[in-house]
Amino acid sequence: MSQNFRLDNIGLINRDKKISFKFNGKSYFGYEGDTLASALLANGIHLIGRSFKYHRPRGFFGAGVDEPYAIVQLYRNNETEPNVKSTEQELFEGLEATSVNCWPSVNFDIGAINNFLKIFLPAGFYYKTFMWPKSFWYKVYEPFIRKAAGLGVASIKHDKERYEHKYEYCDLLIAGSGPSGLASAYAAAKNGARVILAEDKPRFGGTLLTSEVNIGNQTGKEWADNIITELKEMPNVTVKNRSQIFGYYDHNMLVMSEKLSDHLPKTKKYHPKQRLWYIRAKEVLISSGSIERPLVFGNNDTPGVMLSSAAKEYLKVYGVLIGKKPLIFTNNDSGYETAIEFKKNGIIPVILDTRKDPKSEIIDEAKNLGIEIKFSYVVVAAKGYKKVKSAEIAKISDDKNELGLLESINCDCICVSGFWTPTIHLASQSGNKIKFNKDIDAFVPGVSKQNETTLGAANGTLTLEETLKDSFDSGYELSKKITNNDNKISLPVIIEKKSTQHDKFWCVPLPKGKTYKRFLDFQNDVAVSDVEIALKEGYRSIEHVKRYTTLGMATDQGKTSNLNGLQLVSNIENKIVPEVGHTTFRPPYTPVTIGTIVGREVGKHSRPTRKSPMHSWHEKNNAVFVDAGVWLRPRYYKQGNETLFEGSKREAKNVRTNVGVCDVTTLGKIDIKGPDAAELLNRVYTNAWLKLPIGKARYGVMLREDGIVMDDGTTTRISETHYHMTTTTAQAANILSHLEYYLQIVWPELNVNVVSTTEQWAGAAIAGPKSRELLQKLFPKIDTSNEGLPFMGYVEGELFGVHARIFRISFSGELAYEINVESDNGNYMWQKIMEIGKEFEIQPYGTEALSTLRIEMGHVAGSELDGRTIPYDNSLEGMVSKKKDFIGKRSLNRQAFVATDRQKVVGVVPLDKKTSIPEGSHLVKDANAQLPNPKLGYISASCWSVEFDNPFSLAILKDGKNMIGQKLFAMSPLKNKTIPVEIVSSHYVDPKGERVRS
Amino acid sequence: MLHIKCPHCGMRSQNEFAYGGDASVKRPELNKEISDLEWDNFVYLRKSLRGKHLELWHHISGCRQWFKVQRDTSTHEIFKTVKANEDI
Repeated sequence: MSQNFRLDNIGLINRDKKISFKFNGKSYFGYEGDTLASALLANGIHLIGRSFKYHRPRGFFGAGVDEPYAIVQLYRNNETEPNVKSTEQELFEGLEATSVNCWPSVNFDIGAINNFLKIFLPAGFYYKTFMWPKSFWYKVYEPFIRKAAGLGVASIKHDKERYEHKYEYCDLLIAGSGPSGLASAYAAAKNGARVILAEDKPRFGGTLLTSEVNIGNQTGKEWADNIITELKEMPNVTVKNRSQIFGYYDHNMLVMSEKLSDHLPKTKKYHPKQRLWYIRAKEVLISSGSIERPLVFGNNDTPGVMLSSAAKEYLKVYGVLIGKKPLIFTNNDSGYETAIEFKKNGIIPVILDTRKDPKSEIIDEAKNLGIEIKFSYVVVAAKGYKKVKSAEIAKISDDKNELGLLESINCDCICVSGFWTPTIHLASQSGNKIKFNKDIDAFVPGVSKQNETTLGAANGTLTLEETLKDSFDSGYELSKKITNNDNKISLPVIIEKKSTQHDKFWCVPLPKGKTYKRFLDFQNDVAVSDVEIALKEGYRSIEHVKRYTTLGMATDQGKTSNLNGLQLVSNIENKIVPEVGHTTFRPPYTPVTIGTIVGREVGKHSRPTRKSPMHSWHEKNNAVFVDAGVWLRPRYYKQGNETLFEGSKREAKNVRTNVGVCDVTTLGKIDIKGPDAAELLNRVYTNAWLKLPIGKARYGVMLREDGIVMDDGTTTRISETHYHMTTTTAQAANILSHLEYYLQIVWPELNVNVVSTTEQWAGAAIAGPKSRELLQKLFPKIDTSNEGLPFMGYVEGELFGVHARIFRISFSGELAYEINVESDNGNYMWQKIMEIGKEFEIQPYGTEALSTLRIEMGHVAGSELDGRTIPYDNSLEGMVSKKKDFIGKRSLNRQAFVATDRQKVVGVVPLDKKTSIPEGSHLVKDANAQLPNPKLGYISASCWSVEFDNPFSLAILKDGKNMIGQKLFAMSPLKNKTIPVEIVSSHYVDPKGERVRS
Repeated sequence: MLHIKCPHCGMRSQNEFAYGGDASVKRPELNKEISDLEWDNFVYLRKSLRGKHLELWHHISGCRQWFKVQRDTSTHEIFKTVKANEDI
């Protein structure tokens, strides 16, 4: 099967390898080295989709990253990706793609009715039309618009592909492998610099692949190939194709997305699909080239209208003719190059040049080849609906305002060239103050902010000779600065055809009585008339015009439309372009997949999982785990079909009656050493610490400077100058930073060292009336009597051969001990406790039982110490020293903090003693009061009291001190519950605290 | 991502550090009688200036040292970094 639009003797594709693919269900073939776009064009397919708003037929406009139309839904290896540019997608065996934004098919699209309603869809249409009635927005309008105006459809399946992140450092990072990229990379590499050269396309060389030039007696392509071959062999050079540098951030950090597998039918096992590079470069050379600018005329969005540079690329790289009767419409010499290529390959083009009488070597060549050229001629409108069939053309007056008689010309494609727009996105993102260059009617980089240099076409340089000279020089100078080497490459002899001045004319006026749409933004369907309306309606700032009309806001980010939009605004406003200004260039330069940005940080890898040394034991004993910060902690140990409620109740009950053991390894632990350790504690805690004896623990509360409780925990004096501090699991890291801040910045005179030992110690709390007997059996040599090891006492001992620290502290409110051993011995300790504890009916208990025990005891924890409460609120005012100063003390005098009706923690019991109160419920006086019902307080924590066998909650309640005995309502609109409750003391069980001291 | 020179470890990426606020703030001395206004200024009031800012950073994923950075808040240019006990 031959391809009607493929030439046999030109192009860089591999004709020995056919590749079959499907588009909209129909099978086609292309060759290795094709893009989806080039393969479709080779098969004569020009209709690829429908436009966003009017559903007009869409074809191909470019041949690469600038493509505004030709996006498809791609299917690869049972996955789908939306809005893939067919001009960038390389062909692979079995590729399937479908059109986007058309229903039921691209050929017959119901949405195209919008095209006939376009008078109703002007700029700002959505803002104007769908405002009323308000309730219609989310019920009627939005679903309709989403269905009608969507692009591709994102997959909702889990992405099984692998994505990677990589950090890299280099001397010179070079973006783009066109003439300037290759020359600067080569010069710098030869001078010993560490170079990374990135090219977004599969082939290196940029415009050298398509231009007729001679460098050092080689064609442009030969020269590029030789340079790349040599660079690849140099150890100080990294050369990457299919790699787009899409963002330029602070301190010369750039990000690059490398597509490793998108061109393959399937990603190889254990290989990534895409890789995100974070590159920190000493110097950045931006050689991103330029993008051809469209000319604006009637129906210039018809399939078959294409950038002339793209037509040339399809011809020279892929051997594909975009048409057999091409009409070239140009305002500069570039269009001639395309015409000459057509002519050389046996196709007869016609050139319409907007200029009156231009003279240059290229124009002479076209004339000598016998190409028909019409000067002072313009395309008024393209004719044909799904494909260009002919064009309406006319002579244009010298002042470019008057059109002559309309003529018709037969053609099957129109190649447009409206001169070149430098790709300055990266320079602008780096903070470069870009400036307008009148000679090329475009913005170019101005003063650099970071270490960045823009070269070649991206800098507005038009000739190859100048480009190569600048690039060799920059590569050499910048590398010399870094490496101090002095190896300079001499400039090769360059032969290129000279071109002449372009025409500033770019937008063809409408002939009288015609209403052709003249498009600026092809993906978002923004026409000249839309911008005119926006300006008429008073929009002036280019940023506003952009948002109102959506000009340049599509997935192509206006690569072909922005400058024409600015020119139009400046024409209408009678200003020059730099006065209009420009919109901001923001990363990413091209769309980047979420997978690439996320990298390996998915699922379990999204953050570290920390496990205690006893984790395997918990697993074996049916623990149900819960995330506690980054830790996994047993929530309860499931027996049979027990629910969480049943299991935790059983475990808590067993602590109150026998003895339980809880893994408390996760508690933050900080080792504090130094002669001034006591002084530090005295300053960071609210209570007094100078007189704590060796071998004693003390409970302490820490405040922030604003008086809010930061954390609580116990600290034990192990020796004269050695303390062991515990923090809550969640605050461990913050407290360490907090202590370091005060030691290093505020009180550097204190001679103290702090270090985290959270992971060095495994902890087990044994709690319950039988815990002393158990402890005695675990440590037969220790005097465990109330006198020998009193409440808040500390001893060290030996637990069956391993060293252990024993603290008599209690969170559960029962007689309790906490045993710490070195982490490696944690499992051993746990097994010994379970083994010896059997005779005392020991059961392990999880965080849910732990919560129950602390709530019914009225011990405050994270849900009360929530960053909004002061010591008084938590009934911790007794912990606040009146004598000494400490962090945050001065703030406790604030008016609101000393108010007599200040909020305070209380206990809450439902009147029916049955209904559990949802956490977060509001406490109100009158359940039926008019909304907003004044809130008196909120439920901070709820449990089922195992002591009294009824629900019990803690609440932070306004004037809590005087509310004991009051009847209120707990309301949870979220759970739709209103529960009559009674306010009681927060110390529901053992209010005098006798058990812990027993 | 900023590139910050820790005075103890050298050039490292921003993700090793935590920002620590205005370095010119001095905590009032302990046990010193000060006015409500002075205390209020210390606890709550910070300049949100545009331009050169002297600030603290903490090398949390490195040497755990707090140090001073002089940075331009609008351009992110870092002029100098010094140890906590040194002056810029």
